[in-house]
Amino acid sequence: MSDNLERGLEAMRGQMDTSVMSYMSTCVHCGICADACLFYTETGDARYTPIYKTEPLRKLWRQEYTFWGKLAASMGLTKKLTEQDLADWEELVYDGCTMCSRCSLVCPVGIDIAYMIRKVKEGLSAAGYSPGDLVEAGKRAVEIGSPMGVTLKTLEATIRVQEKETGLKVPLDVEGADYLCLLSSGEIAGFPEFIGSLAKIFKATGVSWTISSDYFEATNTGVQLGNSKMAATLVERVVAAAEKLKVKYVISPECGHAYSTIRWDAPNFIGRPLPFKVVHIMELLDELRSDGRLKTEGFAEEKLSYHDPCNAGRRGGVLDQPRNLMNMVAPDFVELPETGAMNWCCGGGGGVSSNERANELRLKVFSAKKRQLDAVNIEGLVTACSNCRHMLEDGLEENEMYDVELLGITELIADHLVEEGG
Amino acid sequence: MFEQLVDGIFWDIALWVFAIGVLWRILSIFRVRNKPDYSVPRDSAIVGAIGTNLHRFMPRREMISRTRLQVVAGYLFHLGLFALLVFAAPHVLFIEAQTGLGWTPMPYWAFIVAAQLAFIGLMLLWFHRIMHPVTRLISDADDHIAAILTFIVMLTGCMALIEEFNGLRVLHRFTVELWLVYFPFSRLMHAFMFIPSRAFTGAWFGRRGVKA
Repeated sequence: MSDNLERGLEAMRGQMDTSVMSYMSTCVHCGICADACLFYTETGDARYTPIYKTEPLRKLWRQEYTFWGKLAASMGLTKKLTEQDLADWEELVYDGCTMCSRCSLVCPVGIDIAYMIRKVKEGLSAAGYSPGDLVEAGKRAVEIGSPMGVTLKTLEATIRVQEKETGLKVPLDVEGADYLCLLSSGEIAGFPEFIGSLAKIFKATGVSWTISSDYFEATNTGVQLGNSKMAATLVERVVAAAEKLKVKYVISPECGHAYSTIRWDAPNFIGRPLPFKVVHIMELLDELRSDGRLKTEGFAEEKLSYHDPCNAGRRGGVLDQPRNLMNMVAPDFVELPETGAMNWCCGGGGGVSSNERANELRLKVFSAKKRQLDAVNIEGLVTACSNCRHMLEDGLEENEMYDVELLGITELIADHLVEEGG
Repeated sequence: MFEQLVDGIFWDIALWVFAIGVLWRILSIFRVRNKPDYSVPRDSAIVGAIGTNLHRFMPRREMISRTRLQVVAGYLFHLGLFALLVFAAPHVLFIEAQTGLGWTPMPYWAFIVAAQLAFIGLMLLWFHRIMHPVTRLISDADDHIAAILTFIVMLTGCMALIEEFNGLRVLHRFTVELWLVYFPFSRLMHAFMFIPSRAFTGAWFGRRGVKA
């Protein structure tokens, strides 16, 4: 047995828990999960059936954890899991799954398929079968502190531009601030106005906040790769930054997977509760709204809709807050068909967006989103995830849907903000 | 001789294999344990676990048009089989003789209707399994053995209604014994395991405040 295979098998053995064993014993191979997955519905390729993506884990479970499997293995009658199996599943798992979890919501016997695909990733990653782009992004995340290579200097330059545009100070390294705001590299590089919007909103609402120069990255490439050790290393950096600045809360920015990771997975990666409370920016804005501190004026002129980022909505539970915020500035906004927890993914989650090899497939499966958009005939689509926004931009451009403008919810609120004394 | 074995020692062995096998299988699953979740829950995991166990009896609105066949066939089969198992007159008499507990059996016409629905459901599911590219790809020998074995049990059960041929009753009981022995080692375990599986998923999403 090769070292690669042994490492992969060992990593997957470490993923066997009661949930996985229960799920494996329950699946009746009905195939309903395929109809929830945009990679199957948009390509018609049965290999993209979500439960099929867990096949390496199932094979291992069968041969090492079941009566017939063990019996057959002892008699040499079973086809063992091979390194080639892991190699063959790399594309299915990393290119053909965004970990959106839509499949997990429709399985009639209740299997959380995305939970198991995440565990398959641990095996593939340990065996060395992960996309090169994602591996490189992981290296940059560990070495530079950003999967895109965004340095502190870049952030400082971005902050300076935003301070100039808003006339407001963006606080860096303020000890004792209430909130530490994380940022995604995608936001810093692609949507820097998010930082200016935060400055405006927090000034108007009196929120004490800061950004850490020690560690500001919100995303966690370890999660996308399926490398829990890397994920834990990156989480520890957030914890260290938050502890150094003695903040009470950490804000997850407009990034779905960043929120899901720091809010729900981070404590489990490091094996202890976080010493701070985590809020998604939408949760905080909605709280400020309900407290009467966040006030807006006027309404958006365009016909708008809202795209739920999978990791903030379906996997994160932030579903009502964006709608409350949308109602402040666009009370007539229209819901996409199949919205909320059942929204269709943008196609770029789970690390797919960082994996150039998957670009063609990602743009092909955007047809699911296009169908949703065609049904509502809108002028603007609002979201709360910079990665979704990048992916939606690509998809709209590919489909020549130039009439749909993309907006971030924080900027939308900031644009309608009643400022101090206003 | 064969009849005596089927009504005697084979039946006892099948019941023991079934009971111990199912228990062993469930215990081996729960022995592994999940890691503790250190995240602060937004909502109740228990409410989520119970809710998902109930919600998943019906498909989500968004999925109805794409999964109509599997859902309808699944319900026809499972409800028909449940009615046959629990309310068929020979089964009620058998259970009463074994345990002393009896209830009103369904009339003969209801038996026929339930059997037809169960057969239609099972055959639709199996045809879907062998014909649809997705199910054809993901199905394995266990899926087919479980379906065929269940079909044979139902078929011999209907044949056993011709009570003047005792051999048919013996044949039915023998196939039930095979089914019971196969059960704990197969995907038929979903009959028990769907409850914890739905509960785990429901709890996971429930903590996050998502109705799953």
